[in-house]
Amino acid sequence: MPRFPILAALTAATLLALPARALEGPAVTLDDPYRTGMLGYLQRELLGDPAAIEFDSRVKVMAPHSAEDSFHVPVTVDAREIEGVERIALFVDYGPIPHILDFYPGDAEPWLAFRFKIDQSTPVRAAVMTADGTWHVGGTVVDAAGGGCSAPAMAYASDDWEEKLGDVRARMWSRTGRVRVIVDHPMDTGLADGIPVFAIKNLDFSDTEGARVARIELHEPVNEDPAFSLRFAKGTLTGPLTVSGRDNNGNEIDATIPYDGAIR
Amino acid sequence: MRPSRRSLLAASAAAMVAPHTWVRPAWAAPRLSYDLVPRRVADGIWMLEGTTEYFTFENGGNIVNTAFIETDTGAVIVDTGPSRRYAEELRKVVTAAVPLGVAAVINTHHHPDHFLGNQVFADVPVHSLPETKSLIAEHGDGYADNMYRLVGDWMRGTEPMPPTDVLTGSDLTIGGRSFAALALGGHTEADLVILDRRTGTAIAGDLAFLDRAPTTPDADFGRWHASLDQLESLETSGIVPGHGPFDTGKQSLAQTRAYLHWLDAAMTRAAEEGLDMVEAMNLPLPPAFAAMGAQPVELERSVSHLFGQYERAALPQVN
Repeated sequence: MPRFPILAALTAATLLALPARALEGPAVTLDDPYRTGMLGYLQRELLGDPAAIEFDSRVKVMAPHSAEDSFHVPVTVDAREIEGVERIALFVDYGPIPHILDFYPGDAEPWLAFRFKIDQSTPVRAAVMTADGTWHVGGTVVDAAGGGCSAPAMAYASDDWEEKLGDVRARMWSRTGRVRVIVDHPMDTGLADGIPVFAIKNLDFSDTEGARVARIELHEPVNEDPAFSLRFAKGTLTGPLTVSGRDNNGNEIDATIPYDGAIR
Repeated sequence: MRPSRRSLLAASAAAMVAPHTWVRPAWAAPRLSYDLVPRRVADGIWMLEGTTEYFTFENGGNIVNTAFIETDTGAVIVDTGPSRRYAEELRKVVTAAVPLGVAAVINTHHHPDHFLGNQVFADVPVHSLPETKSLIAEHGDGYADNMYRLVGDWMRGTEPMPPTDVLTGSDLTIGGRSFAALALGGHTEADLVILDRRTGTAIAGDLAFLDRAPTTPDADFGRWHASLDQLESLETSGIVPGHGPFDTGKQSLAQTRAYLHWLDAAMTRAAEEGLDMVEAMNLPLPPAFAAMGAQPVELERSVSHLFGQYERAALPQVN
């Protein structure tokens, strides 16, 4: 009989439980060009281990080769060559919080520009889900000195950040179908000493009738003062859009992006 | 003390070299010499011209111009390069040209390629503007860490050393040679220009770039243009730019000015059209600017540094 029966039992339970989880591969094993060893895990944890998933050169992820500013790495994802896009998940392989955001384009084009905080050199990937449930994956690599996730927000260097919280700057270019929005928010990751998670959860874009036209679900890696560009097919922006959302402390975000042309 | 990444790298490098049985693969063969060749550009003034590239493992950070001036008590060195190794070679070539050796060092500004060789000159006064001294004290370690990442082993043994002496007046005399020390700014918070009164040679630091894209991590365009105006008004026989070849006229000032104007206009337009950073980074460069060294890398970096201000100006608050 072992001297520490409870400990032994616990150890045995752990040994039984963990390997089963760790050794479980994804439903589809992809031949990852970046060979990070992380993709199977991310397929399971972020995408729900889809049965249909493939690399697809039509998913274009564009970012600078090197992150000049670890707190604001700009990324553009373009999946406009793919029909029927329902969701675009953006994530990194190496970072304490891999999941950056999910974009549900709705009436917008499957194209999004955003910025995120980088913690080390990593692939940045986009997984695009189409209506038939198939996932299409693309990505690029960003080199970085890192540290973007574990430093306090710049906002705390000023004493009026609370007054600016939730301020929305935005503009529409109906001629080119573009919408650009910046929301003032610290987007704390919870990884900086003594600062809990404080982050916007979602931003929904709606038309004047209240019908939702696009949705972004944000996670902690999105940059401080999140900045997004969306694109709509030419001629489809015919009135103002509202943008609304909420952070994890219940603060509401609410603004109307004025229409920049003549109302029909 | 917590071991820094550098001390760990140094320790692991030492551990690898220690056993004599260890055979160095071809890619790790030592080729770490900057091969510095001073070029005499005026009476008693030499320039060491770096490449016009961005930092790479191949160039070891020798992308910068340094200079030295002979005086009655020895050489005055202006900027010390990106690493200890660079500055050791610099000291050798200076001593070969000026037998009295080094009398003093000047740092034009606080960017890493201009001061990280300071430690090799710890036995002489190292002068800078007061802001430069405090910026080096504040950011020196961060710069050194990043340089290790960008150029690797060339940096071995490099430790940042802030300047020792602060320049206050606009006149500076060392070893009987008199200089105007112009406290300008715009490329960084404090940019020092040294004008040699004997020859009319200006050592302009990074206020002037020639055939190499200007860098903007700490730029203030308004101040930078005002500084260029002031340099334009000086009677100079030649300019040592911070990067690029010796300028026998004032072409470096005109080129830097034209690029900054273009950058400002291009980013204003991009923000006004609703472009995002990645799109702004991929804007087509006019041929004259595309031909500059370190492009399009510097455009990409400049967009990272500056675009946020432009887009905030272009987007009205809507709630």
